[in-house]
Amino acid sequence: MSATDTSLNAGTDSRVPAVEPSGAARPAPTPGAVNGGRPGVPWSRLIHVELRKMVDTRAGRWMLIVMSAISLIVVGAFLIWGPADEATFGTLLGLTSFPLVMLLPILGIMAATSEWSQRTGLVTFTLEPRRGRVVAAKVIAALLLGLVVTASAFATSALANVLGSSLSDASGAWDVSWKVALGVTVGFAVFVLQGLAFGFVFLNTPFAIVASLVLPTVWTIAINLISALREPSKWLDLNQVTEPLFSGSMTGENWGQLATSFGVWVLLPLAIGSWRVMRREVK
Amino acid sequence: MITVENLTKRYGGFTAVDDISFEVRPGSVVGFLGPNGAGKSTAMRMMTGLTPATSGRSTVLGKPYRDLHNPGRQVGVMLDASAQHPGRTGREVLRLAAIQIGVPKSRVDEALAIVGLTEEEAGRRVRNYSLGMRQRLGLASALLGEPEVLILDEPANGLDPQGIHWMRGLLRGFADGGGTVLLSSHLLHEVQVIADDLVMIGRGQIVAMGTKDELLSRGGTTVRSTNDEALYAALSRAEVSVTSVPSGLVVDAEPGVVGQIALDERIVLLELRSGGSEGLEEMFLSLTASTSREGTAA
Repeated sequence: MSATDTSLNAGTDSRVPAVEPSGAARPAPTPGAVNGGRPGVPWSRLIHVELRKMVDTRAGRWMLIVMSAISLIVVGAFLIWGPADEATFGTLLGLTSFPLVMLLPILGIMAATSEWSQRTGLVTFTLEPRRGRVVAAKVIAALLLGLVVTASAFATSALANVLGSSLSDASGAWDVSWKVALGVTVGFAVFVLQGLAFGFVFLNTPFAIVASLVLPTVWTIAINLISALREPSKWLDLNQVTEPLFSGSMTGENWGQLATSFGVWVLLPLAIGSWRVMRREVK
Repeated sequence: MITVENLTKRYGGFTAVDDISFEVRPGSVVGFLGPNGAGKSTAMRMMTGLTPATSGRSTVLGKPYRDLHNPGRQVGVMLDASAQHPGRTGREVLRLAAIQIGVPKSRVDEALAIVGLTEEEAGRRVRNYSLGMRQRLGLASALLGEPEVLILDEPANGLDPQGIHWMRGLLRGFADGGGTVLLSSHLLHEVQVIADDLVMIGRGQIVAMGTKDELLSRGGTTVRSTNDEALYAALSRAEVSVTSVPSGLVVDAEPGVVGQIALDERIVLLELRSGGSEGLEEMFLSLTASTSREGTAA
């Protein structure tokens, strides 16, 4: 068969390039420049790039703008029309947190799914074929962004509290214990991770968003209808178990309940999702 | 250097890529040619670790792609120019890649200059890019890390003839500098302009490969007569390899030999010429057609 004796299969030295690598104007190869060191793209660069991807698109940016805007409106409205003696740091923080708990999972979902829905995975996974590292970088980047959002929620509430007490007769009490502060931070992190996990499982933005909104609601309805579920639901309802977290009244049992719910609603889908990302064909 | 050994991909009962083997050596531009659905993209996704192979293996620079350290600095890959986030600007797409592979910001401007995207175009969102501009952006992204190897799927798709010649110059320069280029196309004339060597694939199988010149001369002689059947028989008796194609016969011999045989048999010739590119085109069509017949029979 003539196909086997062509130059393509011939020895490697029969057509050595006659020309030396050219100057910078031409795309010149840089042989052997990057072969050493530990395998994989360094974490700092992977996390940097994933963070940037979450905020450099219109969808990502608008998500953050909408989150901030809703929080500001809610807090502003409460300061103007709400009962003045209840306008404390704790109340304002609770009000800021409410829209964030709804929207933070969506931020996580978009971070997880965009590689597939916009097909940017073709580039991402050729630049880092160790997909597990990309998944881990996305988790860390989403947590970092979640922390920034948490910090701004605290800052906004504090600012509103100062403004409220100085400009009106709002209470202005600083009634947030370290337990509440920790609880809010942990709670936000849990919801960001839940979004990511759902995103990785479905690898499709609308499916993941609908599932992350509908499934917990279905679960809550099921609990109300079926009394046998009421006891286990205390251990398996993420919304229910995070309530004491936000109010800073976590008991030992509460932490156990949080851990079980976290396992079922976050770690399990995260494990399934990571497995899917690692195995799936990128097209 | 790219090596592909017995690479195979099956989806259930369908074999998308069937036991292909070839090599792309430094300093050459190899065209991976085949009709739509021949398995070119699947093969290229397997070479770059995006699709797991059913069997066989492929290496780039001596290693399986997934074992390459920071592959963006060694291999430039463009598998689908449309696979970009439409909400990002061209410059932002390159910025992200630059951060990930660890090249300075200035390299983004260099890459944009190499592919001829202007400052204004780089600032536009990819949503508003023409296919040709997306191809240039994809190529800029592939060249960003100053790689030794380029793997490009349909890079000339959407480029005007001028753009194709520009790309030829770019890839020629890259290969002359010791680089390795594998590019795919479903259009023979496109790949003929750019590539040195050709690997033809049809229905997942390699149907022909070799240097372009070799394959062109292997196009042989195209002949048309008043009685192609008699001529076919006569040529076969003379132990000359002959293939029937829609526009006549393609003969693996010099035009003089064919003319002499026709004269001896007193067959009137309507056309007699050496194959050239049309011969290659006909061979491409007939080879892929024969494999598709085999495919349906199997």
